[in-house]
Amino acid sequence: MTALTDHPVVEVGTILPPLALPPVTRTTLALFASASGDHNPIHIDLDVARAAGLDDVFAQGMLSMAWLGRLLTGWLPQAHLRSWSVRFQAITPLHARPTCSGTVTAIHDGVATVDLQVALEDGTVTLAGQATVTLPPTT
Amino acid sequence: MPIDPTAAGTVLPPTTMAMEQGRLRAFARATGAEDPVYLDPAAAREAGHPDLPVPPTFLFGIELEADDPFGWLADLGVDLTRVLHGEQSFTYHRMAHAGEVLTASPTIASVTSKRGGAMELVVKQTAVTDADGAPVADLATTIVVRNPEVAH
Repeated sequence: MTALTDHPVVEVGTILPPLALPPVTRTTLALFASASGDHNPIHIDLDVARAAGLDDVFAQGMLSMAWLGRLLTGWLPQAHLRSWSVRFQAITPLHARPTCSGTVTAIHDGVATVDLQVALEDGTVTLAGQATVTLPPTT
Repeated sequence: MPIDPTAAGTVLPPTTMAMEQGRLRAFARATGAEDPVYLDPAAAREAGHPDLPVPPTFLFGIELEADDPFGWLADLGVDLTRVLHGEQSFTYHRMAHAGEVLTASPTIASVTSKRGGAMELVVKQTAVTDADGAPVADLATTIVVRNPEVAH
């Protein structure tokens, strides 16, 4: 019988529990602008977005990275996160339903490499990246 | 006008910010956090933290507390409407928590021209340190400047 432990066994190929977000709303963007300190009006002011030639506001890139942060800290305590980087590949439009996912691609000396991405329902990858995490000791 | 490549190495003014419980909780809520460790100081303490943890990407916002957070780009002659956030990285030395005062010290690390000048990449590296000057995290931000009028 497998004992229940705080941390599941992690192997190459382990898939992190995905994080499915609710539809992106204007309220989310306004609250994130204020809480994150990113006051760029292109994300919160329709007039500014239209003046820039866009149809509407769109989500802050760092909001998606924050969601990826939730994916990681929901999997392992934050102290395990050593480093990570992402590329911003596409914008996240209003009302999109992003999903964060991650897969362990390598493990060396108790340190795992996790490939990360945020994707929309139509398959558009908005963010892609990689994290290095220290794995908890196995018992 | 192309960005002066000798801007690489320019040290930008530091910004100091107190990690406040209320602001950290607002950030957690705005990102949809449900984990009580990020919302409730008692739950954070129960999990072994001295107070609410600073979430992994919150540190990016320290520099945004400056009076004119994008003034350094304007000083380089960059039109801010042409700027995209291309890449972002974080390397952590330790976790930070509510109640700490952190300082972000940015440097322009590199300026690179691509596609004959149609695209320029500016990399900014930022060291985040605590009140004792000890390292907390290192951030790198890649900013993409599009120059569509440049034929390539």
